[in-house]
Amino acid sequence: MSSADQEYRADLRSYVIGLVVAVILTAIPFYAVGFGGYGVRTDFYIIGLCALVQIPMHFRFFLHIDLSRSKRDDLQLILFSFLIVVLMVGGTLWILGSEKMRMM
Amino acid sequence: MSATGLRHPGLNLGPAHGDAHEAAEEIVFGFWVFLMSDLVLFSAIFATFATMVDATAGGPDGHTLFDFKSAAIETGALLLSSFTFGMASVSMKHGRETRSVALWLGVTLLLAFVFLGLEINDFLSMLAKGGSPERSGFLSAVWLLVATHGTHVTFGCLWIVVMLIQVLKLGLTSDVKLRLLRLALFWHFLDIVWVGIFSFVYLRGLA
Amino acid sequence: MSWWFLIFGKLSYGAFPFTYSIIATMAAGMVVLGFIATVGLITVMGKWTYLWTEWFTSVDHKKIGIMYVIIAMVMLLRAVIEANMMRLQQSMSYDSPGYLPPDHFSQLFTTHGTIMVFFMGMPFLIGIINFAMPLQIGARDVSFPVMNSVSLGMTFGGAALMMASLCLGKFSTGGWSGYPPYTEATFQPGVGPDYWIWALTLSGISTTMTGINFAVTIYKKRCPGMTLFRMPLFTWTALCTSILMIFAMPPLTVVTTMLALDRYLGMHFFTNAAGGDMMNFVNLFWLFGHPEVYILILPAFGVYSEVVANFSGKKLYGYKSLVLATMCIAVLSFTVWLHHFFTMGQSGMVNAFYGVSTMLIGIPTGVKIFDWILTMFQGRVRLQTPMLYAIAFIVLFTIGGTSGIILANPGIDYQVHNSLFLVAHFHNVLIPGTLFGMLAAYHYWFPKAFGFRLDERWGRLAVACWTVGFMMAFFPLYALGLLGMPRREVEYFNPAYQPWTIIAELGALVIMAGIGCLFIQIVVSIRRRAQNSVPVGDPWNGRTLEWSVRAPAPEYNFAVIPTVDSVDAWHARKERGEAYRVEPQYFDILLPKNSALGPVIGVGGAAAAFGLVWHIWWLVIVAMLVIIGAVIARGFVTDSERVIPAEEVRRQEVAWLGTVRRTPPVPRDKETAESNEGLAEVQAA
Repeated sequence: MSSADQEYRADLRSYVIGLVVAVILTAIPFYAVGFGGYGVRTDFYIIGLCALVQIPMHFRFFLHIDLSRSKRDDLQLILFSFLIVVLMVGGTLWILGSEKMRMM
Repeated sequence: MSATGLRHPGLNLGPAHGDAHEAAEEIVFGFWVFLMSDLVLFSAIFATFATMVDATAGGPDGHTLFDFKSAAIETGALLLSSFTFGMASVSMKHGRETRSVALWLGVTLLLAFVFLGLEINDFLSMLAKGGSPERSGFLSAVWLLVATHGTHVTFGCLWIVVMLIQVLKLGLTSDVKLRLLRLALFWHFLDIVWVGIFSFVYLRGLA
Repeated sequence: MSWWFLIFGKLSYGAFPFTYSIIATMAAGMVVLGFIATVGLITVMGKWTYLWTEWFTSVDHKKIGIMYVIIAMVMLLRAVIEANMMRLQQSMSYDSPGYLPPDHFSQLFTTHGTIMVFFMGMPFLIGIINFAMPLQIGARDVSFPVMNSVSLGMTFGGAALMMASLCLGKFSTGGWSGYPPYTEATFQPGVGPDYWIWALTLSGISTTMTGINFAVTIYKKRCPGMTLFRMPLFTWTALCTSILMIFAMPPLTVVTTMLALDRYLGMHFFTNAAGGDMMNFVNLFWLFGHPEVYILILPAFGVYSEVVANFSGKKLYGYKSLVLATMCIAVLSFTVWLHHFFTMGQSGMVNAFYGVSTMLIGIPTGVKIFDWILTMFQGRVRLQTPMLYAIAFIVLFTIGGTSGIILANPGIDYQVHNSLFLVAHFHNVLIPGTLFGMLAAYHYWFPKAFGFRLDERWGRLAVACWTVGFMMAFFPLYALGLLGMPRREVEYFNPAYQPWTIIAELGALVIMAGIGCLFIQIVVSIRRRAQNSVPVGDPWNGRTLEWSVRAPAPEYNFAVIPTVDSVDAWHARKERGEAYRVEPQYFDILLPKNSALGPVIGVGGAAAAFGLVWHIWWLVIVAMLVIIGAVIARGFVTDSERVIPAEEVRRQEVAWLGTVRRTPPVPRDKETAESNEGLAEVQAA
């Protein structure tokens, strides 16, 4: 099998695995909410966990981003973006939460 | 992966694609930077939604308004479309006929239409149940979040149509490949955002 | 639905300023006259084709940079006039209505802030970075030249919208930060806040694209050998600035869109009723707003790094610490935004956290001040105009920064929030910081752009007027703030305020004189451009790569992309005696062709915005279709590059190097003399 063929299969495999993993991680929370009859809290945990796992899976299998990247610029950018998102969302939740509490 | 190392996020064309592979590093990086700014945009809307989740002002909430089946099918369609776009990318990279690339793009577009159609239907049914965006802060946030994503998908569809025309008319030139690389990033990014939306808006609302 | 509304939206006779205000009519008259004069002059001189082909459709970063700076300077003039109007009002309005009705006064402080931030500060620094940064990194242009032109078009569109607001309708009275619920439709149903929203949207999208462009350029287009830690400091600050642009603009887009949705479609993001949360507006706005002020200041820091090193004849002290400090400031700027609303009601713990982070951000800034002072120490300081700005900056900015640290303490801030103390602080950092930095950059890089130096005498006079004027106009505001005077007051009743407001008004007049000096400077300089020409291209004995090419810089920047092996690469080459060599071989150079996409999107964007403001829906639809259509059409252009043949490059370079050989080098004490043709006498290392 030529290396071009090997690469072709590797590329295909990446997307197929990505699809399968994503379908599973989507089906679980949908099942839990639609048919599981668990409590709301349990549902939240299942939904949250599956989302938190599925997103990196998309990055890995559809966007081909993994830790073995030879170019550091892109990884730096993703980590920095993630930091900014955490600061902005976290800060917003903390601040507005504090205000809401003090308005009650 | 390719022995020469990856130059940018997404599927890398590899040295066999010459010019396109060279130019891709800078061009795709630039688009990736744009997607990061878009990520921050969505985060700000998500954060707003999170703080307004209880601001229903006596109006209808997620339980009343969201449709489980519709959400499930939409999600499936969009996820599948991400996969089919991947197939288009692989076809492009591995020198398959332009027809094959066009075919996969076409399937992606159809799945996107399924997604959008169901979403519009969702909006209409929400309106029918009194869930219009002017009803409450919660509803304003839901509509903005979902519609922003939907608008992105719509522009993505327009872009797919333009690319279909370009692929069929101009063939897989360097420029066309570079555009498809960027569109691929865009399309996968939108599916990632949808994971957030179906999880924290729809399923959370229906739990 | 009347036919009038279908065609003209909310436009009506009452939108004309002469129906309600003489002063507003005068302002509108100036805009209309200015527009007619400009268009008339161009037509009479037959320059439309020239302007279209050489400037408006150009994708050359140097030309785009120059056009940005021109926009900034025109808008600076307007905003300074507005400031003078407000100062005059406040000097008069002790127990008296003054001459400005409250509604007009409120529009003035709103437009003054909006213009200074979005249509003066941003275009100025973007223009300067556009011009200088690619030259500094040894590149031919930015990564996305057509997008660069589109950014310019949209900024111009936003500025045009601001000018249109002088002629039709009224502007928002909600301040440049536009807090709801006052800016909601309930309290301001007119077009004012809509003008504000769409001008900001145009500017914001433009800036996001620019940030992406600059960041990718710096990451990917540096010349061989230029590692990140061999870049000039100005390029480092440009990089950090562009990162801030990329991440800070989205919250602005989100918050203005939400306000627009509230106003246009009756949604409830920020309303009083139905679950709106107006505090989230403040939160989101300042999530943008704080990094924004660091976007405004970092490029100025970069300029000062270049200027202080150059005019001290020394390499920059503490390069690594300056880079690290810049990076720290960039990251920390995302952790402090709450200090703009300490008083909004969150708990003391939240306030304390953000107060501490705000104080922390003063540390890297302090490091920079020391680094600049130490660069001057034991250097041979030459007091040319850019250096004078830098010295004024070091002294005055330290005061402004300190007042910021004072404000960072939530307990103190509760006393002076939204008082003139705050107004004094931010003008104290923005004027000696950003504005002086941009004026220094203008003076410093002008010769590279146009081939002749600016008049030094009028330049120094301008520095003097701006420095004295600034101090007279703003130091009294510290006192007024501590005396309890709130900001944005049209009338007051405490007699203790008036002596200070009178001094402030005199200061504003001195600043106006400073603007006058700048205007005279450019007129005199153009008249004397033959005497002050510097064709060799290195009038200041520069240290960085932009000084290695002729002046005006060639369109291709570098005949051959340089290879560098140290920081201050041009200085190193001069010291080694390797400057001004004919290259063994010249190659064909590929440059992008001009494109009409920028002007089309600029006009389209402005038209869409105008339509949104006045509810002229057909205009919005048509404009959006034009924009989308233009972008798609651009995607079908296959022939987008042109070639400058190697022979032509060689011809130009050899001609220039011939000039170099015939030119006598000048020592630094002749730097501002007519004998300075741009060739520096190099002292043996």
